[in-house]
Amino acid sequence: MLKFDAGKNPELKVLSLILVGSFILMAILSPRNFLKIGTFQGMAFQLPELGLLSLAMMISMLTGGINLSIIATTNISAIFAAMILTSSINPELASSGDGIVIVIAILVALLVSVLVGLINGILISVVNIPPILATLGTMKLLQGLAFIITRGYVISGMPEAIRLIGNGMILGIPVPLFIFVFFAWLMAFYLNHTATGFNIFLFGSNPVATFFSGVNNKKVIIQTYMMSGFYCGLAALVMMSRFNSAKAGYGESYLLVTILAAVLGGVKSEGGFGNVSGLVLALVILQIVANGLNLIGVSSFLTVAIWGLIMIAVMVIHFMTGKKRVQA
Amino acid sequence: MKKLLKYHETYLLIIIVLLSIVITTKNANFFTAENMFDLLKSNSFVGIMAIGVLLVLISGGIDISFAAIATVSEYIMAVTIIRIGGSVLSAIAIAVLIGTLLGFLNGYLIYKFRIPPIIATIATMNIYYGSLMVITGGKWIYSLPDWFRSFAEIRLLTFLNSNGNPYGLSVITVIWFLVIIVAVVILRFTILGRSIYALGGNRNSAVRVGFNVFLTETFVYSFLGFMAGLAGVVQALLVQAVAPNSIVGKELDVIAAVVLGGASLSGGKGSVPGAILGVALLAILKNGMTMMAVPAVWYEFFVGAVILVSIGFSSYQDKKKSNNTAIIDVKEQESLC
Repeated sequence: MLKFDAGKNPELKVLSLILVGSFILMAILSPRNFLKIGTFQGMAFQLPELGLLSLAMMISMLTGGINLSIIATTNISAIFAAMILTSSINPELASSGDGIVIVIAILVALLVSVLVGLINGILISVVNIPPILATLGTMKLLQGLAFIITRGYVISGMPEAIRLIGNGMILGIPVPLFIFVFFAWLMAFYLNHTATGFNIFLFGSNPVATFFSGVNNKKVIIQTYMMSGFYCGLAALVMMSRFNSAKAGYGESYLLVTILAAVLGGVKSEGGFGNVSGLVLALVILQIVANGLNLIGVSSFLTVAIWGLIMIAVMVIHFMTGKKRVQA
Repeated sequence: MKKLLKYHETYLLIIIVLLSIVITTKNANFFTAENMFDLLKSNSFVGIMAIGVLLVLISGGIDISFAAIATVSEYIMAVTIIRIGGSVLSAIAIAVLIGTLLGFLNGYLIYKFRIPPIIATIATMNIYYGSLMVITGGKWIYSLPDWFRSFAEIRLLTFLNSNGNPYGLSVITVIWFLVIIVAVVILRFTILGRSIYALGGNRNSAVRVGFNVFLTETFVYSFLGFMAGLAGVVQALLVQAVAPNSIVGKELDVIAAVVLGGASLSGGKGSVPGAILGVALLAILKNGMTMMAVPAVWYEFFVGAVILVSIGFSSYQDKKKSNNTAIIDVKEQESLC
């Protein structure tokens, strides 16, 4: 669904108009700085971690749930991976065993995050805790665990190969962007071309009907949150590599921004609606606004306020167009 | 006795009593009047916001922006009393007015444009807090007037501890108690209270029965705004300084406390005693950890565990109960709402 078919989908049309509008606005406001390759490379470095986290948030929202534990999951995965890396690899001296350690660290990060997803899924579907509370609980639990493990200190000094994930460039295009594009495509494929993906949308629209059409609702929810966890694990790797460190409490301000990006991209918080292309458009809009305003020297808090205004504007537009459709 | 066991609040009370016994055996200073009065004072800030959050949750909504509202009201209040002067009453009036206005805006957006409350309030949180930080540059305020400082030290009951230091019932705690009484009266004895429960229970039914949904919905968010404004003043009284970044980020903790008290996020359920017990549980947990010399890094972990165990327990019971009942839901009709 990364294909662009704005004609069919009015929400994508609105989003692409906003995208073009914000692009032109920024180009006018700051013609010298904005239209430079460096600016776009900068954006391409920043977008992937927020993008992966937003995908993690999006898939939980498609089922009508929410995943507040994404940042905490990301941090705990990064901390585990960083501990493995820093304890067995000396970044100054390359040795032949490094490759295996790096692979193990990456696998551990992904495994931890998927495991957290599994716990979330069980708490929500088997124990029957509302998603917002279950993930709030695991968020606190993991934040606490991260502090207990690290005592609040930063774990830093990653080997060169790991730093490549977040900081490397191929043909002038940042490596994290490749990672993001591939996994965004994978998410779109998973949602649109697999049975589980179909069931996720179905569950989001009507859980009871989904149950009576013979779907194992518990399995759908558990898979959703495991997938959500997996994307947190990916974000953990990118973030750990970009910051060259791991710490409890990194990126906490991203949590609400991911919800904002998902909703801006057309994901309905009641579940059942949303697609990856909308989310990607929304992410690019947020990034352009943030970078553009940063270039003309506006405080990052004003950017946050403007994001809020854009979000309300989009919701109001959705409401108005929805009303028109009902009347017609 | 059997009837008592039906209430969520009873279990919560039992947990609090058990926790208190454990803490007291480790450190006898916990169960003293001085510590209790101190807890009541220092938690009145969270307690006041919790009452506001309770009403929103009962109505089936949620609000993420109240911490931002509290910060904005607190800041404007502080700037006004420093520049223009005034009294405690005018300080409260300013903060409460701003809080109510911002809360009303939330309610209006949610009702008028049918924006899901969590989305609308995340957006307004960013707008309120972002604008405040842009305008003020995030500067802290220390130089609050002397009368503001002396008001915070008023006690309605005063005792002396063994060292001869006074302690007792602070005026700040009394503000919290007044808020509790107001909330109980609204929820128990007014039509408005009934309509809040009705709206949270089933929106369509509430419309059909003839409750004014616009009034109810804007009321709960305005009420939370009011409480956030009041809590902002209380925070300033407690800390005697205004730090724009000290409250924001605590919103989920307050919601967690209220939910621990039995309020349901799907609406229609919740009580004032429950919300107070929820706040008390988290407060005693934190205080008890300090008393038992448990490292502070464990606090978040325990909070998470308490939330999961307590809510998991009640959710699992609800699930067993609902397996024996059928739910017949009417289809939502646009024209009605």
